[in-house]
Amino acid sequence: MVRRKGTASLLLAGAAALAALAAFAAPPNRQGDVGADRERGREVYMKWCAGCHGDEGRGDGPAAEHLLPKPRDFTMALYQVRSTATGQLPLDEDILRVVNEGMPGSSMPGWKAVLSGAERAAVVRYLKTLSPDFAPATAPPAALSFGSAPRGGDAAALEGRDLYRRIECWKCHGDSGRGDGTSAPTLKDDLGNPIRAADLTQNWTFNGGGTAPDIYRVLRTGMDGTPMPSFGDLIEGRIITDEQLWRVAQYVRSLSPAEPPRARDVVRAARVEAGLPSGPDDSAWASVERYYYPLVGQVIVRPRWFAPMVSGLWVQALHDGRALALRVTWHDPSQSPDSSWNVWRARVAARMGADDSAAADSTPLPDRLAVQFPARLPAGLDRPYFLMGSVEEPVYLWSWESEPRSAVEATARGADRLEPLAGLTDSVATSSTYDHGEWRVQFTRALSTGDSTNQLEFVTGRPIPMAFYAWDGSNGETGARMAVGSWSAVYLAEPARASTYLSPAFAMLATAGLGLTVIWRAQRHRRKTTDDGTDIGTSEAE
Amino acid sequence: MSKLGGLVAGVGLSAWVLAGTSCGGGAERGGESAAAAGAAVAFPVDTTSAAAINGRVAFVGSRPAAARIDMSEEPTCAQKHPGGAFVEAVLVNDNGTLRNVFVYVKSGLPALTFPVPAEPVEIDQNGCVYSPRVFGIQTGQTLSIRNSDGLLHNIKALPTTNRPFNISQPTTMTTMRSFATAEVMVPLECNVHSWMNAYVGVVTHPYFSTTGADGSFTLRRLPPGTYVVEAWHERYGAQEQTVTVGPNETKAITFTFRAS
Ligand code: HEC
Ligand code: HEC
Repeated sequence: MVRRKGTASLLLAGAAALAALAAFAAPPNRQGDVGADRERGREVYMKWCAGCHGDEGRGDGPAAEHLLPKPRDFTMALYQVRSTATGQLPLDEDILRVVNEGMPGSSMPGWKAVLSGAERAAVVRYLKTLSPDFAPATAPPAALSFGSAPRGGDAAALEGRDLYRRIECWKCHGDSGRGDGTSAPTLKDDLGNPIRAADLTQNWTFNGGGTAPDIYRVLRTGMDGTPMPSFGDLIEGRIITDEQLWRVAQYVRSLSPAEPPRARDVVRAARVEAGLPSGPDDSAWASVERYYYPLVGQVIVRPRWFAPMVSGLWVQALHDGRALALRVTWHDPSQSPDSSWNVWRARVAARMGADDSAAADSTPLPDRLAVQFPARLPAGLDRPYFLMGSVEEPVYLWSWESEPRSAVEATARGADRLEPLAGLTDSVATSSTYDHGEWRVQFTRALSTGDSTNQLEFVTGRPIPMAFYAWDGSNGETGARMAVGSWSAVYLAEPARASTYLSPAFAMLATAGLGLTVIWRAQRHRRKTTDDGTDIGTSEAE
Repeated sequence: MSKLGGLVAGVGLSAWVLAGTSCGGGAERGGESAAAAGAAVAFPVDTTSAAAINGRVAFVGSRPAAARIDMSEEPTCAQKHPGGAFVEAVLVNDNGTLRNVFVYVKSGLPALTFPVPAEPVEIDQNGCVYSPRVFGIQTGQTLSIRNSDGLLHNIKALPTTNRPFNISQPTTMTTMRSFATAEVMVPLECNVHSWMNAYVGVVTHPYFSTTGADGSFTLRRLPPGTYVVEAWHERYGAQEQTVTVGPNETKAITFTFRAS
């Protein structure tokens, strides 16, 4: 397949880049070199960029069908990340920045480590030849001057928050910034593709960078080609001051953690004696450590799903020697089923290449979350196949749904072989809240039930493999159209008796070793499947 | 330091202001030609022999039902439409004519440079609808964008030959923009209120007109000659007619759009 060829070439990043480096070493310096320079840029482009952006730069490469956001159509000369006013062309530095760093909220990879400086500069010049708007005769765009962040304090932070409300960012981004504003379901880009109002609590997914100056720049310039408007005219019109716009940027920055979360291997369930929390909003959870668990689209079995809504979960765990409580929270801009998102779902279905005809369907779908464990505790480090196990090594699942609000237990022997455990008295209790774009679900189950053949027995003192799946019904997600993650583990601490005090520490050390392998494998997998955008190649190779 | 950014855009602003003081003239309104308002600077056409083309846009067939807009998320706007708000994509007048058709001289003009009217063309966002919904503007002429609702609108232009813009107006305010190149039509939209759409026809001359409540249009002060006149409607597309007018002649033409 053509597609395989285009994307497979992307896999050859390292070595080929080095080899190519020598060829593009010299930047153009003479007028007569223009043609030759364009040819150099074109070679880089055809090799590394055309698979997504298309041979002619129209954003229609073989991979584009499965990507959302869609690759940029360079013939339109619309650039999101700029230091120029709304609608203006970008500076060369602006384009170079994106080529260097990539666009974290999308499949657009960064090329700093793959292409030489000369190659990146040549490809930037080449991109500009794809639109007449950049014709040499037109005046070069003028950069806005941004100044620097004013110092803040508590009052400043409050002002930022107040302004966020007053200038109504929430209409798109939601009260808590989770991308769940009233207008969010209807948002589309200039080409009619559905586009999410960014989740402002996840600054590591911002296309133009996550620092306060990056955010301030976006507020001044807007993001051309998207609904994200420029707020620059508010300053010209003296409706707010420049300093106030900085306050908004600082407030938005404060919605995300100081550092992007890292996937960790083992979720530690401390032992509590005073009883388990009664639900996901029990204040007892506030002091329990949160573990981030990243998710990606399921692209291994058909129907594959390249545009999952949920990009990660936060997991917390506690046990009391009798039962395990797991609190899972995640961001999802809709409480499905929600008919106001039908327009979104229809757009996603229309714009995403689907493996199955069901994509066009509009039956109401709930949100779902599934927690997966091996059906039986494995002897060593062995674990069932991560994607819902296999006939030989089945998995045991807790599957929660938003509508009707309930959970069932199930056994799966592969992605298409999921069977609810029949005739069980509800051994998994769930309690859930939806709040401004966030689901919070608490699962509670006795460590040991009467049925150890079907229901995993939780033991203390050793890591128990655990994985998650998430579905957003309003995004058309159901069945294999879901977000998946790789195996992690939950470790139930042993009671802190003096005589055995050392052993959990040793166990933790041992599991840390295991965890590192898990992380390394997960990251390798993830890097392969998303970061450098080779998901299609990978999935087809599967 | 941070004020500098404002300056850059401010230069653009004062350029409009300057352009604005240099000549008189007017934007077209409900069936009036922009040229009719008269420019203070020399008009490049000999007005003693000037011709005119006028006429009406007829609508044949049953008028389609207008979809109701659910404005419940925006009570301030909903209150401005006591009888309910409807999508104004097709407005058929009681006299059987079609409103919001942009009629303009598409080709045939001699190579003339027309003064840019000083008076801006205005578009208002009121009750979460654009008014006017369909209108014309000359290249370089100021488009004055007003938000009378006092709640957040973003106004986004989606041109194909001009550069776009996407401005947020979270309060009652007015913003100025202009278009550099002729383009029929440039769509405008609000992403906060997905039902808000408008269309602006950008031309290099004053011979354009938008049909109003009587479905008529007038293109005045034309040099005698042969012109392709186009009528554009957002739902029913564009039609052309070739018209020849002699000195001081006024010709009436009719465009007919059919329900599809
Ligand atoms: C795996 C697919 C993929 C590959 C390969 C890829 N891109 Fe992109 N690129 C994208 C996507 C998707 C976007 C749009 C992201 C968005 O809108 O959020 C994008 C956007 C861009 C933008 C727009 C920046 C802006 O400010 O709007 C530039 C410039 C760009 N890519 C350059 C390149 C260059 C140069 C290469 C090759 C060296 C390349 N891309 C390779 C997927 C890709
Ligand atoms: C009309 C809807 C709309 C409004 C109003 C809006 N945004 Fe956005 N915003 C968006 C969309 C859509 C995106 C995502 C663009 C993309 O992914 O390419 C976005 C992206 C962002 C980003 C991410 C930037 C990046 O580099 O990826 C930030 C930060 C942001 N908005 C902040 C704000 C703030 C603060 C306000 C109010 C001052 C605001 N937005 C108002 C629609 C809106």
